[in-house]
Amino acid sequence: MSTSHEPFVATGDIPASPPPSSAVGPIAWVRQNLFSSVSNTVMTLLGIYVIYSLLASVVPWLLLNSVWNASSLQDCRSIDNGACLAVIRERYLQFIYGFYPNEERWRPVVAFVLMLVALWPVLFAGAPRKLLFGSMLYPAVAYWLIWGGTIWGPIAVMAGPIVGIIVYRIVDQVLCRLMDEGIAGILAVSGAVLVTVAWWLFAVAEVDSALAAVLDIGLEPVASDKIGGFLLSLIIGVSGIAGSFPLGIALALGRRSNLIFIKAICTGFIEFIRGVPLITLLFVASVLLQYFLPPGTTFDLILRVVIMVTMFAAAYMAEVIRGGLAALPKGQYEAADALGLDYWKSMRLIILPQALKISIPGIVNTFIGLFKDTTLVIVIGMLDPVGILGPIRADQNWNGIVWELYGFIGIFFFIFCFGMSRYSLYLERKLQTGHR
Amino acid sequence: MKIKGAIIAAAAVMAVSTAANAGTLDDVKAKGFVQCGVSTGLAGFAFTDANGVWDGFDVTFCRATAAAIFGDPNAIKFTPTTGKTRFTALASGEVDILYRNTTWTLSRDVDLGFTFLGVNYYDGQGFMVRKGLGVKSAKELDGATVCIQTGTTTELNLADFFRANGMSYEPVPIETNAEAQQKYLSNACDVYTTDASGLAATRATFEKPAEHILLPEIISKEPLGPLVRHGDNEWGDVGRWVLNALIIAEEKGITKANVAELAKNGSSDPEVNRLLGKEGSDGDQLGLSKDWAVHAIAAGGNYGEIFERNIGESTAIGLARGLNQLWSKGGILYAPPFR
Repeated sequence: MSTSHEPFVATGDIPASPPPSSAVGPIAWVRQNLFSSVSNTVMTLLGIYVIYSLLASVVPWLLLNSVWNASSLQDCRSIDNGACLAVIRERYLQFIYGFYPNEERWRPVVAFVLMLVALWPVLFAGAPRKLLFGSMLYPAVAYWLIWGGTIWGPIAVMAGPIVGIIVYRIVDQVLCRLMDEGIAGILAVSGAVLVTVAWWLFAVAEVDSALAAVLDIGLEPVASDKIGGFLLSLIIGVSGIAGSFPLGIALALGRRSNLIFIKAICTGFIEFIRGVPLITLLFVASVLLQYFLPPGTTFDLILRVVIMVTMFAAAYMAEVIRGGLAALPKGQYEAADALGLDYWKSMRLIILPQALKISIPGIVNTFIGLFKDTTLVIVIGMLDPVGILGPIRADQNWNGIVWELYGFIGIFFFIFCFGMSRYSLYLERKLQTGHR
Repeated sequence: MKIKGAIIAAAAVMAVSTAANAGTLDDVKAKGFVQCGVSTGLAGFAFTDANGVWDGFDVTFCRATAAAIFGDPNAIKFTPTTGKTRFTALASGEVDILYRNTTWTLSRDVDLGFTFLGVNYYDGQGFMVRKGLGVKSAKELDGATVCIQTGTTTELNLADFFRANGMSYEPVPIETNAEAQQKYLSNACDVYTTDASGLAATRATFEKPAEHILLPEIISKEPLGPLVRHGDNEWGDVGRWVLNALIIAEEKGITKANVAELAKNGSSDPEVNRLLGKEGSDGDQLGLSKDWAVHAIAAGGNYGEIFERNIGESTAIGLARGLNQLWSKGGILYAPPFR
């Protein structure tokens, strides 16, 4: 038996063969995702039909048969039967700026670009940290650019907190020698706040006019009633968002505070504001405040509305953040205490970073809601994009146009709201620590 | 709406309290412009042009008022007001005068504490039907389906009209004009009824307006006019006589084109001379300059010119003068004499 039965030993791995076409590839994908069962097949076909019929009416209307060059709706209709986009071509500047004077329109544009710069370090960790100081100055710069007037007014307003800090330092040092450190601290903080508010109320106007008399640097003033359109939406939306976030955090912390007085104030504020519709608050801002203020005070309507919108959003924000605070395991609070951190440090270093991370979807939800709610200002006669639409549609030339204008506004809001929602997803991914 | 009641009550309180410190005319002169409340957009009456400048029937009367005071039709700021905010804006002093197609009613005049200065447009409720229906008169509408805005006086007027004529109808309740337009065009109702000027403006927006007609019957009175706060009669006089001056101007054939020449060379008609400041002291009595009416007429022409340019038959809105024709030509426009 010379036949040797050498056992077959594989010398290498058999190369993996490609999976059958029924498992991968476009056909398999379609099968698995679109036609996996009878009911799915029906739904897929239905979906395709719906998409097709939507596109079949929208594409010719919006792209193929639309009219860009016409002077009136009648003109449009005589040219083609599609969308009359000529109205947008003629009026888009009004949608963007409202009645802002033509020759000053570079100012809102600069303010908008600066806003992006100011947001960069706030939103993205990669930005140079020093830019944050610029971001803190941004509100004053934007106010000056948009409303004009002397440069000293915004500078004097921004000087308020600096005055407050100086007062705090001095009072703190003096009182520390006289009494217990804690009480001295509280007194110093309240003193500083009082002085800052007093500065804003009484000194700003004086400083402004005094400095303006010495050195008159300024831009052409633009009255609030000239501001409208997307500019108005952005002013109200952005300042509302920027203001409601810190205010909301403070309210949420206040509501969970052990200090009964602070807790009562915060709870009362939140419940009151949440119990009242935004429209009512806007009416209060536009109408009733006029009666309460001393006669002759001109308290800018946009400012009043921004304050109301900020308070409204802050109440909701507070509850969203309180949800985040409540979701943290008690161990986190105890761990912070065990480390010997005081209240502010434990909040800043341990509690809030986690609570805010949990609350991101809710926070962004509130932001988006707030941004879209800015269109409600039309009920008090302010011409936001939807308000601008009324006078345009009342023009004989464009009377009868509906879809084109509303669609244009819709696209604007979609871009901003979708942007915010994408950013929140990015932030969630970035802060994902894998606890789940 | 409770809040609305509260606001109007507050407005009334405010109106009473402002009555004490009259002097709107002086305030207006001091600040250098008239603050005029207008609609947030009503076809033909208040709208913005391509440059964002306010224009329209009501707006032109505002401008004439500003021109009478300052000699400059642009010495004016506009506050767009909604149906809800218009009265509070006026009562709180946010606007000096309201030209916002507001119907003159007893409760607005008396209870809310305003003074109506006259009527710049006599409106009334009308009917629009499709031509194909073959209806020539509202009396032939027995059994029709009618699109009607709920909660308005038009709803009550409609019921009265059909009952008085022994006819029946089927109401199709709708909320807004835009909704009505769509319902009517999709044949959900045979008839659409609202103020005649609104019907005309709505019809003008249709793709084929010629296929629809407005029936001749007008079934209610809606006198639209300017108003100011109670208790400031000097200011009210200015607004009232600017309106009257524009009506007289049409009666006397004074137009935007010839007003400057008439003011310079005078006229054989003494009333024209008084109106244009060549004789008498009408301007001084009002606290205005001698040539106040010249500026007011030069701002947008006389009543007839303003009407024709904004809402008249040559425009897309195409309203006939009707009641708003001069008394001497079959309408009811009648201004007291300048004497």
